[in-house]
Amino acid sequence: MTENIVVTSGKGGVGKTTTSASIAVGLARRGKKVAVIDFDVGLRNLDLIMGCERRVVYDFVNVIHNECTLKQALIKDKRHETLYVLAASQTRDKDALTQEGVQRVLDELAADEFDYVVCDSPAGIEKGAFLAMYFADRAIVVVNPEVSSVRDSDRILGLLSSKTRRAEQGNGKVQEHLLLTRYNPARVAAGDMMSIADVEEILGIKVVGVIPESEGVLAASNSGVPVILDEASNAGQAYDDAVARLLGDERALRFTEAPKKGFFSRVFGG
Amino acid sequence: MGIFDFLRKGPQNTASVAKNRLTILIQEERDRSGRGVPDYLPLLRRELLEVIRKFVNVDANAIDVKTHKDGDQDVLELSIALPDKASPIAGRA
Repeated sequence: MTENIVVTSGKGGVGKTTTSASIAVGLARRGKKVAVIDFDVGLRNLDLIMGCERRVVYDFVNVIHNECTLKQALIKDKRHETLYVLAASQTRDKDALTQEGVQRVLDELAADEFDYVVCDSPAGIEKGAFLAMYFADRAIVVVNPEVSSVRDSDRILGLLSSKTRRAEQGNGKVQEHLLLTRYNPARVAAGDMMSIADVEEILGIKVVGVIPESEGVLAASNSGVPVILDEASNAGQAYDDAVARLLGDERALRFTEAPKKGFFSRVFGG
Repeated sequence: MGIFDFLRKGPQNTASVAKNRLTILIQEERDRSGRGVPDYLPLLRRELLEVIRKFVNVDANAIDVKTHKDGDQDVLELSIALPDKASPIAGRA
């Protein structure tokens, strides 16, 4: 059984592509056969985050328009045998993706015995975002502890429960997971950032992971190595925990408490 | 918190302001889109109306049935507006 996982958020810049790349790598290094697809037609970026931008020959739209085979367009990851990337095209044609075309690609990946297909959604709630979520079995909703991101996530949760194949066919719900990114425990402790519990309560679902704000994320995208591979970074370890939880493991949240202050900074403010 | 914190400017605890604003806004947006409403609500509303009309003449839109969250609990809220002069059905009251 192939499981389609959409990584979505509504709002841009919250970490969808970073998350898609790390989740895909995390699943692949547990031996799963994984394809990660960039649905952001016109603004291809997953290839950069995955570090395979020089190896893109054919893209998602080429496959949909039968200009190449799916095999030709899938870029095999250099580090993981069972991981493949399908890049978005740089075309400006918004209608380049079709529902039939996307379905055909997903069916072909299922026939090829992929365990997971990770669909990296574009921002917004236009066609690309709609097609990325339409065939999903599960959704990872990426959210920052910030008002506009939380509000947009709620819109996306509404769409997941009505505008997906599962919703339309009454075929069980899309399983929803909340992934909180750019979390800064010190600011939460100071009262100027919403906490995990706040966001969970507002949206009515539990987090599957909390990724702390981390210098490691920028360093990882700079070098084209998904941050989950940076085992020294908190963000990388938090992504690995999230992948484990997606696969059913129980793991306590880490990096969600502010470091304890010393005597000096408690008295004089730090 | 240090003892000199009062010297600093700026609003305190904006996170709770954000949470309150979002809680209200998202509830409104969900209500408007009809999301999260149990599918038995329209039927419940219709049947309640029938029962109430056995006793009091009320308008079809006099009954408001909605659900909301109160902490961890889902609350079913009924509000029934009686007419200005409640006119009981003859022979019943």
